[in-house]
Order: sequence, then C-alpha cells, then structure tokens
Amino acid sequence: MITAVFLGFIFAAFTPVLRKLGQSVFPWVYSLLPLGLFVYFLGWLPGLSNGPQVVGYPWIPSYGINLDFRIDGLSLLFALLITGIGSLVFFYSTYYLKGHPALDRFYGFLSMFMASMLGLVLSDNLMAMFIFWELTSISSFFLIGFNHEEKSSRKSALTALGITGFGGLVLLAGVVLIGTVGGSFSFSALVPLSETIQNSPSYVWIVGLFMIGAFTKSAQFPFHFWLPGAMKAPTPVSTYLHSATMVKAGIYLLARMTPVLGANPIWNDTLLWVGGITMFYAAAHSLFRVDLKSILAYSTISALGILVFLLGVGTEKALLGAGLFILAHALYKAALFLVTGIIDHQTGTRNVPGLKGLGKVMPMVAFGGVVAALSSAGFPLFLGFLSKEVMYEGVLALGNLTIVAVAILVLTKIFLLVAGFWAGIKPFVGHLPTELASVKGPPPTLWIPPVLLGICTIITGVYPALIDSSFVQPLFHAISGSNEIYTLKLWHGFNLVLLLSLITLGAGVALYFFWKPSDTKFAKTFRFESTSPESLFESGGNLFLRFSRFWTDFFQNGYLRNYFITILAFLILVTGYRLLGGVDIHIDWEQISSVSFYEVILTAMMAVSIGIAVLTHSRTMAILALGIVGFVNCLFFLFFSAPDLAMTQFSIDTLTVVLFMLVLFRLPKNKKLSSNPIRIRDGIISLVFGAFIAILTLEVFESPSQTDVSTFHAENAYLLAKGRNVVNVILVDFRASDTIVETVVLVIAAIGVYTLMKLDLNPQKNP
Amino acid sequence: MELLLVFLIGLMHAGGVYMLLRRSMFKMIIGLILLGNGANLLIFLLGRLVKGHPPVMADGMKVFTDIYADPLPQAVILTAIVIGFGLQSFAIILIKKVYKVLETDDLDELNSSEEEI
Repeated sequence: MITAVFLGFIFAAFTPVLRKLGQSVFPWVYSLLPLGLFVYFLGWLPGLSNGPQVVGYPWIPSYGINLDFRIDGLSLLFALLITGIGSLVFFYSTYYLKGHPALDRFYGFLSMFMASMLGLVLSDNLMAMFIFWELTSISSFFLIGFNHEEKSSRKSALTALGITGFGGLVLLAGVVLIGTVGGSFSFSALVPLSETIQNSPSYVWIVGLFMIGAFTKSAQFPFHFWLPGAMKAPTPVSTYLHSATMVKAGIYLLARMTPVLGANPIWNDTLLWVGGITMFYAAAHSLFRVDLKSILAYSTISALGILVFLLGVGTEKALLGAGLFILAHALYKAALFLVTGIIDHQTGTRNVPGLKGLGKVMPMVAFGGVVAALSSAGFPLFLGFLSKEVMYEGVLALGNLTIVAVAILVLTKIFLLVAGFWAGIKPFVGHLPTELASVKGPPPTLWIPPVLLGICTIITGVYPALIDSSFVQPLFHAISGSNEIYTLKLWHGFNLVLLLSLITLGAGVALYFFWKPSDTKFAKTFRFESTSPESLFESGGNLFLRFSRFWTDFFQNGYLRNYFITILAFLILVTGYRLLGGVDIHIDWEQISSVSFYEVILTAMMAVSIGIAVLTHSRTMAILALGIVGFVNCLFFLFFSAPDLAMTQFSIDTLTVVLFMLVLFRLPKNKKLSSNPIRIRDGIISLVFGAFIAILTLEVFESPSQTDVSTFHAENAYLLAKGRNVVNVILVDFRASDTIVETVVLVIAAIGVYTLMKLDLNPQKNP
Repeated sequence: MELLLVFLIGLMHAGGVYMLLRRSMFKMIIGLILLGNGANLLIFLLGRLVKGHPPVMADGMKVFTDIYADPLPQAVILTAIVIGFGLQSFAIILIKKVYKVLETDDLDELNSSEEEI
C-alpha cells in the first residue's frame, strides 16, 4: 500500500533517468504508472463490503502521526477516480503535448500530484492527510504554472497557491485543535468520539477551520476565483485537477468529516448556505462565458457547490446523492474537458459562438461530448440521471425551507444543463463554417479517453446494479456513517422527483435554444469586476505587500545606529521595568571607602575630558581628551592596587594617541552631520543608558561577591606556578592558552593593519 | 570613592553610546574607546577597591599573609585592554583608508553596498 502511494514520487524523482529512454517512449512508460495503480486499487473492491480496512505504517508514533491508510467506500472511490482518470490523462497527454520541450517535467509534476492526491484520500491520520494536502497545493502550483513563460499563467499559479496554501494553514490549525479535543489524529479513532467533539467548546472553531480549508481547496464562494484562473494550465491538467482530484479534495474532506462533525445545525447550515450561494452564483456565471474552458470552470465550481450543498442538506438520500454525483461529475466533466482539449488542439479556438458542425469531422469526439453533456443534464439512462434523482429526493426530505432549496437546486441544474450542452453538443451540430473547413480529425490517442468515459457513463447509467452493492453502498456508508441500504433504481414511479426532473430537462433544453452565448453578454460581466472577490483579494494582497515593505523598511532600514537604538531602547525598557518594579536600591555605606582630595580632582578631570571628547568639533581636542581619560584610568588602577594594569593602560593609551594623531591628523574638521533634534534624542537615550548602567553597577556591587576562583589562583600562584605576581601567573600560566590565542588575534590585527596600509584601491589614480 | 567611580562608569557609557550613534566614523571610534574604558572600569570596580595591596607576594613568601586586591578582574581587564588596542588600531587604519578612497567620513554616504552597473 505504501509503495502504491509513493510510487508517483519515486517516478517523479527518476524523471531525468526515464527521459534517457527517449523522447517518444518515456510518456508511455509514465502512462503505465496510473494504469497499474488503477488495477491495484480495483483489487481492493471485492473486500469493500466487509467494511473499512486500515493498513498502518508507523511514522512518528511519539506524536501520534502515522502513515495509516484507510480503504473504505469514499477513499476507494477517490483512489479509483485519481488513478483511472489519471491513466486517461497520462495517455491523452502523450499526443496532446507531443514534442513539448518540457514534457519530462510535465510528467514528473503530474505523477507527483497524483501521488499526493492518493496520499490525501487514503490517509487515515489527519496529520498525514494535511501533509499530502499541502503537497497537492505545491504540485498543482507547478502544473497550473506549467506555461511559465506567460505572465498570466504565473499569476494564476500564484493565486491558486496563495488561496489553497492559506486554506492549508487554516486546516492545520483545525487538525491540531481536533487532535487536542479528541486526543488522536486518527480518523478511525475520532468517529466514535463524535459526540464529545460536538459538545466541546472548540467545536465551532474546528468546524470553521476545517471548512475554510475545504472551501479554499474546493473553490467555494468567496474563494472560488482561483479555479477559472487555473484554466491557464494545459487542458490535460485542467481535466485532472478539476474533474476528479484537486478541487474535489475539499469535498472529500467535508465528506470524510461528516460522520465526526456532521449532523449538527452549525455544520449543516453553513454548508447549505455556502454551497447554495456557490452553485447558483457559478451556474449563472457560466451562462455569460464564451470560452469553452471558462464555461467548464464555472460549471465545475457550481458542481462543487452542489456537493457542498448536498452535504449540508445532510439527509441520507442527499449524502447518497452526493456520493453518486462525485462519480457522475468526475466522469462527465473529465470527458468534457478532454473534448474541449481536442477541439482546442485541432481548431486552435475555444470560442463557443464560432464553433459548430465539428461532428462530421470528429464523430468519435462528438460521441464523447454528447454523452457527457446528456449525463451532465441528467437524461435517463445516463449516470447523471441516477445522481440527480437521488439528489432531488434527498433535498425534498430537508424539512424546513425545502421549497427554496429545491427551487435553487432546480435552477442551478437548468443552468448547468445549458452549460453542458454548450460544451458537449453545440460545437458538433449545425453546419461546418468555412473557416473550420480545413480541420482534421484527431488521432485515436486523443479520442479514446473521452469515449471510454462516455461508455462508462452509459453502462453504469443503464445497469446501476453493476456498481450498486459493491461500490455505491459502501461509499454511502463511509459518508453518512449509517448502515441503511438504498438500492439504486432507474424507475421510481410517477412522483414529485420525476416531475422535477422533467421540469429541469424541459426548461433546460428550452433555455438552450433561447439563450445563446455571445461576446456582448460576456462583456457585461466586466461591470462587476471591481467588487468581485478576485479584485478584493488582489488589492488585499497588494496592501499586504505594501505593509510588509513598510515593516521591513522600518526595522531593516540599513542604518546600524537605528538597530542599535532599537536594541538599547528594548534593553532599557525591559530591564528598567524590572528594576523599578521589584528591586530596591540601597547603598551599604560600610562597603564604601572614603574619598581623598586627589581622587575628587581626578574624577572631575575625567568627567570634563569625557565631556570634551564627546562635544568638541576638533579632532585633535577629542584625541587629547581621550588620552586624558585613559591616563586618569591608569592612575585609578595604580591607586587601587593594580600596577600591571596601570602599566599596560599607560603604554596602550600612549600608542593609541600617537596612532590617532599620525593617521587621522590630516582629516578635515568634524562636520556637524546630524540635526539638533536627533542629537537631543540620542543624548537622552545615551544618558538614560548611562544612568541605567550606573544603577546596575551599584546593584551588582551591593550583592555579595563570589571569590572562590580568585582565592584559588592567589593561593596557588606560588605553590603550583612558582610566581609571586598573581596577575602575571594567571595570564601566562593558569590561562596560558587563552593568552596564546589572544596573541594570535593581535597578530591577525597587525597583519590587517599592515595590508590595509599597503592596499591601493585606486590604482588608476596612483599609477 | 566607589560612588564616584559609578558616576564615571555611567558617564563613559553614556558618552560612548552617544558617540556610537553619530554618523561620523571618527566619532564612532571615540565612542568605542570610551565604552571600552567604561567597561574596564566597571569590571575593576566589581572586584572591590583595595588600596595599596597589589596581588603580588613579597619576596620569599609562598602564600599571602595580608589582604590583597582581587587578581582575577585585573587579569581579565589586562586582556581586554590589549585586545581593545588591536581593534582600535585596525578601525583607525580602516577609516583612514575608507576616507582616502571615498573622501567621506559620513556613514550615510557609504550606504550602497554595490556600485551601480
């Protein structure tokens, strides 16, 4: 099982090797991958009626994160769709993208994406699922941006990544929260805890976070706009991402979590509203589009809205209808996308008003398109009919607001019928216009996949028993958590559902003849551009960019002294707060020695010199004042029993003054570079800092000092090291290695000084 | 006396920080030296002030019999003075060189990291 999931990643990693097989052979090798996986997952089908099975691999058991794979009706449905439609897409692309220079990359991304999707739907552990969830976002980013030389393509990919990535983060928060409440990340362990979770105060948060994750992925209003943008991808990618995989991941998540979080008014009402708004808004939108892929994009959003809506309705029939619709929609939408791809590939246009009469040129493609359109419309004997019937039945059992819900659903279905007919039927009927007269029929590689999908749609539509007990019922049980059996029937008798179906079909076909796609209608939609969620998102993104630029400029402004001020201010505030708050400053006069006259004089001299060094405009004065500071320091050392220090300080200070004078004497006078307010600000900061250091010094001085180390050195200076000057003994004996390193540092500094002096940076000036 | 030293330490730190905040590189070095001196004095003070008893034994003695000044801070400061000198001399030569090449002492005029191409 784990091999099956990760095989796609392995294939992707070996892309460069596989390419060596030759430009024409390796796509076929790749196509074997999903096909093999499809057969493998078919093998799990017979065991499905015995209930869910979990195959576990430990990963990070200490955190409760494991690679457990759960096979039940829901995950197997998705696994089969991913690998099945994947096989068709891989196969289809061998011709569609024939000779594309980056074909190897394309297949690499595609198999990476497929593996991520498989991991997502099969993971029993929510943490693992989240990781695969993010992997799908990332790999779809590469797929959507496949034509990376186009600006719009890059932008679409970025928008998709931004929206789904944001949703992914929110989902992570939800997963962590549910793990905290339920004590486990394992889905199987969470189902029995449904009641505990729903009664916990975090329930609202969990639901909100999971829903935002799902809505962003499944393009629900107001996050829907990344999906039409993602149509910039090559058509096989659109087929794969939008019929069965990427966008269904959110639906999968909601369906998966229904037994845990569902059957609660908060859950159901939110889904009902969001799904209802999305399905109607998008379906109505699709009628104003003229580009084939754009129509399909909006009808996909609408279909996703229907699925969310059905999960929100939450009656058993509605959940069954949702399960069936996932399958039906995947089959017909994939076919429609593939057909669109063929039309685009052969004619070079996707503009619906101009496309007609192609049925004579490509009859097989027309077959696939018409079957898909009829299934989408829900004509009897097609799979879409079954899903639609169950769907209506489920919504009729809603209880309150039934009429409104049914009306919106029927309207949506009518609009979708028209959209489906435009994509699947209109291009093939009527007279072939002269500009399309030279169009040639596609090779079998292109038309076989949609035709296969069409055949599946018809077979399952005519013989629902074929998939009923083996597949549909386990699927229903996985979504609803119940054990009821609803046998699928083609004929339900004369009842309200049949009436609604007839209304849908009749009104839809009538609308198809009455309402034609046109560019003028498309142009009208631009009027609402400025208030659409897409432009709001864009301006929000720009605002965020501006803010972060401001933020960065504020803190990373390139002036070292501003960083320095920030650090100082922070230090003073934090430590100052502590000093004022809890520490009382007292002076122990017994520790303080008396002051003699010359000490006062020296202190005054030093204070004045510091003042001169800081405030003077003359360099010479500053250097001299600095020299005095050093020498007074030296005297202090001398008075208070540190003759070695005094000697060192004396010689170093002399050297510094001489060096300063020699090197910097010829520099011009100090200019006044800063303005007065800045000087005052800096003055206040530094005075506060000085006072702060002084207080700190006093504080430390008052606390008892630890002298063990000093005593050890003093007592053993002669006994161990045969020296009577303890300071010297410490430096050259006890800490000799430190002193050696110090010498090395000095040598390096000396080399640096020497090289700098010899360095000539302006050779052209001094030849 | 300790209080006077505390005052001087505070003053040196204040002056040092103020000079570090200037735009002139020359002033920055002054600030650096002031801070260094202040820090040395601070460590020295925390070793407690002892008058007239350096940590040196009289000839012929093997251990101290009288009180003595704390040798450890002195060793640390001695190291600090020497290293500080290395830093100062390098910095002095560096700004001399910068001034020679760019003919400015103003840090704000050195802000572009690379030459415009």
